[in-house]
Amino acid sequence: MPTPAETEALLLSLRVAVWSVLGSLPPAIAIAWLLARTRFPGHALLNGILHIPLVVPPVVIGYLLLVFLGRRGPGGMFLENVFGITLGFTWQGAAIASAIVAFPLMLRAIRQSIEGVDRRLEQAARTLGASPANAFCTVTLPLIAPGVFAGMVLSFARSLGEFGATITFVSSIPGETRTLPLALYAAAQVPGGEAQATRLVVISITLAMIALIGSEWLARRTRHYSSGGP
Amino acid sequence: MARAPHAALLEWRTVIDVAFSHRQGSFSLDVSMQVPDSGVTGLFGTSGAGKSTVADAIAGLIRPDAGRIAIGETVLFDSARGVAVAPERRRIGYVFQEARLFPHMNVRANLHFGGRRRGAASPDTFEQVVGLLGLEPLLDRRTRHLSGGEAQRVAIGRALLSGPDLLIMDEPLSSLDQQRRDDVLPHLERLAADTGVPTVYITHSIEEIIRLADHLAVMANGTVLACGPIQDVMARPDLPVLNDRRDAGTILLTTVAGHFDDDHLSALRFGEHTLLVPRTERAEGSPLALRILARDVSLALEPPQRSSVMNVLPGTVTGIHPRGDGHVDVSIDSGQIIRARITRRSADDLSLKVGLELYALVKSVAFAERDAFRRHADGEG
Repeated sequence: MPTPAETEALLLSLRVAVWSVLGSLPPAIAIAWLLARTRFPGHALLNGILHIPLVVPPVVIGYLLLVFLGRRGPGGMFLENVFGITLGFTWQGAAIASAIVAFPLMLRAIRQSIEGVDRRLEQAARTLGASPANAFCTVTLPLIAPGVFAGMVLSFARSLGEFGATITFVSSIPGETRTLPLALYAAAQVPGGEAQATRLVVISITLAMIALIGSEWLARRTRHYSSGGP
Repeated sequence: MARAPHAALLEWRTVIDVAFSHRQGSFSLDVSMQVPDSGVTGLFGTSGAGKSTVADAIAGLIRPDAGRIAIGETVLFDSARGVAVAPERRRIGYVFQEARLFPHMNVRANLHFGGRRRGAASPDTFEQVVGLLGLEPLLDRRTRHLSGGEAQRVAIGRALLSGPDLLIMDEPLSSLDQQRRDDVLPHLERLAADTGVPTVYITHSIEEIIRLADHLAVMANGTVLACGPIQDVMARPDLPVLNDRRDAGTILLTTVAGHFDDDHLSALRFGEHTLLVPRTERAEGSPLALRILARDVSLALEPPQRSSVMNVLPGTVTGIHPRGDGHVDVSIDSGQIIRARITRRSADDLSLKVGLELYALVKSVAFAERDAFRRHADGEG
């Protein structure tokens, strides 16, 4: 059985990943729709900026977050003074780091599935009395559900594995920001920590397997539903 | 919902007034047409004539560059006043070329989609439409398990159940094979008679026009060349899209006068004339529109003695239209317009001129074509 410290790291990892996925889902759907269905000045630029986390080292993202949203950064000071929110060295900060690093993965999956939806179905919905928002919610969204789900799984997996941006932005504080990968790294730094590291490896792999099997099962259900289930 | 014979063809109010211009790439449209408030208006033209663009403009799926589109008093689009009603507020039922059913819903949910959003159709209306289109056995099916013809019938039902002021059908049969067409066409014929929803029926098939339409608008190269009651438009000699074909002809509106069972013949009356045609199933007194092909009509200056031609109709030449292929189309007013396609030499031999009184000889077999009989009003079936 996992020790209390291991349980803490496991639960923290899950909490960070869940909030990172849920927090980025609404903006990802909105931006994916904008990119897939509209053309505006700056379309390519926005697309490029949103893909930066995919191509730069996560440490760079973590450093930028530290500069802007850390205690001394302009964004961090603003949040602290106006809302009393502190992101630096908190698990919320870790969730934001994960969300940003994983965002392009979710965005791409959702955008591709929106592009795969026949716009003529949305037109048909409009002629049947559905407003654009209603047509999106009752026709487009159910049809892209498998893609949205795939994006969530990818981004969840990326969040669980997040290391560089997290350690740079919020450091490795046990119980607050030390997720499984950070705990594993810490154990590997301590002489004689091999046993501890091995246990964490087993926990990580087990978690990954459970997540994978669960997502496969859910994906089958979603596909079934969006193709006109019984 | 019964209509008096031909009444809908003789008296009509404009329900929808369409006049707009629109550019799409290098293709430009300049459309003006009036659709009556009942019956089926065929919108006929070759592919690429701009028919679907007209449908999209009426439904609000495209926004024309300029013009005005109105249903009765309700303005849907008016570029001068900056009016452009959103498609979901237009109450136009649109049946597309492909059924466009929602794949994540079963047939029943598809049918309810429009009604739910426009004040649900009453259960009675639902039952009526389901019955009319024979959808009962399909209700709980998934849409991907439907045949093309079944899917198109569901799409028609879905559009009808959204409570439309106007129904637009854009070549609903063109994606189906002949057998599926024969499966859907009778439903369309009943629809035209039973629902009372004015319909614009877009097609490039003259057969479908003749079976379904009361009014006809003819389009070519982005403009409407002619628009009016079908027998008037079909009688026009100056529309190449109608006349440059082997099966060019005109429409006669008749009433079944009686049957001769022994001879397998029926008598049809129009004006003071009687036509003998192969036995029709329609009851005495019911209206019957039929098409007479120009190539099945010949002309004589005197009524022929001892001839196999049973139908000899006296009339007056109202127009002579030489064609490029050595033939001449002759319009004869015999109460209604009949057209004869004869060789130029025959025309010269007869010294045809406008105002000449002569006899049109119509072979009975001309009526035997499958599409010659059209239910054009409420009747049996």
